[in-house]
Amino acid sequence: MTKAMTGAKMVVQALIDQGVDVVFGYPGGAVLPIYDEIFQQNHIQHVLVRHEQGAVHAAEGYARATGKPGVALVTSGPGATNAVTGLTDALMDSIPIIVLTGQVPTFMIGSDAFQEADTVGITRPCTKHNWLVKETDKLAAVMHEAFHIATSGRPGPVVVDIPKDVQFATGTYTEARQVETHYNPQTKGDLEMITELAKAMETAKRPIFYTGGGVINSGPAASQLLRELVAATGFPITSTLMGLGCYPASGENWIGMLGMHGLYEANMAMHDCDLMINIGARFDDRITGRIDAFSPKSRKAHIDIDPSSINKVIHVDIPILGDVAHVLEDLLNVWKSRGRKTDKENVSKWWHQINEWKKIDCLKFEQKGKVIKPQYALSRLEELTKKHDRYICTEVGQHQMWAAQYLGFEDPNRWMTSGGLGTMGYGFPASIGVQMAHPDALVINVAGEASWLMNMQELGTAMQYRLPVKQFILNNERLGMVRQWQELLHGERYSSSWSESLPDFVKLAEAFGAKGILCDNPDDLDDAIMEMLNHDGPVLFDCLVEKHENCFPMIPSGKPHNEMILGENADTANAIKADGAVMV
Amino acid sequence: MSPLKIKKGSTSHSAYDLRPTFSDKEEQHTLAVLVENEPGVLARVIGLFSGRGYNIDSLTVAEVDHLGHRSRITIVTTGTPQIINQIKAQLGRIVDVHKVNDLTVEGKSVERELALFKVVGTGDQRIEAIRLADIFRANVVDSTLESFVFEITGTSEKIDAFADLMQPLGLEEIARTGVAALSRGAKT
Repeated sequence: MTKAMTGAKMVVQALIDQGVDVVFGYPGGAVLPIYDEIFQQNHIQHVLVRHEQGAVHAAEGYARATGKPGVALVTSGPGATNAVTGLTDALMDSIPIIVLTGQVPTFMIGSDAFQEADTVGITRPCTKHNWLVKETDKLAAVMHEAFHIATSGRPGPVVVDIPKDVQFATGTYTEARQVETHYNPQTKGDLEMITELAKAMETAKRPIFYTGGGVINSGPAASQLLRELVAATGFPITSTLMGLGCYPASGENWIGMLGMHGLYEANMAMHDCDLMINIGARFDDRITGRIDAFSPKSRKAHIDIDPSSINKVIHVDIPILGDVAHVLEDLLNVWKSRGRKTDKENVSKWWHQINEWKKIDCLKFEQKGKVIKPQYALSRLEELTKKHDRYICTEVGQHQMWAAQYLGFEDPNRWMTSGGLGTMGYGFPASIGVQMAHPDALVINVAGEASWLMNMQELGTAMQYRLPVKQFILNNERLGMVRQWQELLHGERYSSSWSESLPDFVKLAEAFGAKGILCDNPDDLDDAIMEMLNHDGPVLFDCLVEKHENCFPMIPSGKPHNEMILGENADTANAIKADGAVMV
Repeated sequence: MSPLKIKKGSTSHSAYDLRPTFSDKEEQHTLAVLVENEPGVLARVIGLFSGRGYNIDSLTVAEVDHLGHRSRITIVTTGTPQIINQIKAQLGRIVDVHKVNDLTVEGKSVERELALFKVVGTGDQRIEAIRLADIFRANVVDSTLESFVFEITGTSEKIDAFADLMQPLGLEEIARTGVAALSRGAKT
């Protein structure tokens, strides 16, 4: 069965065939034929963003909250270059998105035409793969392959660059099942290595599961299997920022997030363990701290679908290449068939040690006086929203770390944050993407005032599509994390880390027709949060918090896990040495 | 690019250079990379090397299977064993890459390079040049009364040696193809 149609129609047809229901985009000259086709159909909803970066982050938010690929559509030249930050963000965090870019007609490519940019050249290092499609007959096949590549193996962003004449010309539509591809990453792990790991689990005295975003990317089955494995073995489990939710925060074996701003007990356990089981994490520098002092006494196993992640920074003893869900299933089977053994006596001693570390209570804070502590604001937000069908996005900075510390995540795909790239301005558009995917859910973006301003134009989008996203801004009138580093490292010289000339957020919300709430008193906080939750529409919540609060605990850069700085009264004056300072 | 000239090895405190110390001996490896003959694939491979700070000592590329639409890229690179493994893994995950073979570790291989030498001179110099060319089995592919163009094939070391000898004899210009390599024996 062959169908003749224009390239523009093919794009829309391929999106429909791939099960896409929403596209985030912004029109322009080079994508007008595609927009014309979108206008003439009812299968796909188009969400008009206010800036192309917003479109890509919204697609990312959609992808993370659903496990399905997100789609963005932008024009040539500036449309494509504005998408670059979002593409890089998705590459770093392994988020499957398809970005369609218009291009000047094929016969004008290379002539410095109006709104021409070398899109495939610019996006080559920030995509998993990209294509410039020069023939309409090949367009449908490339579209289908783009979805395949974005979603299989280690997921990531792809770009399909489509010249305008290719959109206008007529060609033959290819169905997805007719498309041949050689891209077929290995998903099943090597059984010998899996058995090796099962054996190590049987004898480990101080084991720990160190999980990451790969568990979430692998799908709900992976989280399910992980929970089963943790329950069956009784081993403690920690997670990276990206992996929050794959094991429930209320779970018995949960010891909290690890890393630079992770929990004391989690980092100490990582440092002192004798068997580290890395599941879908990548030994990021925010996790490892000083490499040569990273968990010196442990054997390390690493489950990852990307061969280049294994042995990249940390030498591992048991590498297992494969998809997390497939490997965990085999691991459980092998371990069970060998008799479900663990060294119960020593693991119980290990738990005793971990519980001692927990007693430090590294997240304790005191809410006193009339100024809201950001930790208090998030604790109250957690208390008042945890029973809701809730999705949390964040921007990047101190508020992001506090959100990770003080909010609890019970399920995967509920936590959208920019981990690898650390993109300020990610959270608001991402929350729009999440709300599009889950119209009835409570979607909150925990933000800082500086991050939020980076993509504030999307308030127009939220209003236009009646998306009741809650923007919970912890406003300290500072670039908090920058300020914290300047305090710790640069002699308290606060160079350009003030947010000067801030808008009145309540009036700003009202200017867009949204609701604004200002809260500056801890006694009013609960009522104000309830007011936010009860309002059916976008809310801008301006929560004025303590201006000089630092985010603790913290592993100073260049230091190992067991040299954390804990909360208040900590000696921070000389915490970071010069050789650690370069590591940001 | 940075306006400053950054000396090799001077950035050991960068966050992006946190290599463990367990293997710091550099080795040279020859990699054969079979790729889809698509536009941009060479840029992708080169971009990987420059973007991640790997070395390229030599690189050759040409289509080797017209019907199968395949090109072969032969890369000679230097790095610690861990870096070499990273390079192979990173190359392997490029969508258009079909196969990566490390000819240095996967059994024995033959490596050849072709070079053209322009040697300008007269009298004894000229006679010495053609005598040495004969020893090295280089062919004369162009000649005038005061110049030769020699064609020489061999390992990179042989070509280096020939260049050293020709230097005092009026060597003006060299064109080298870079290394082409295949594994020995029936195995592919």
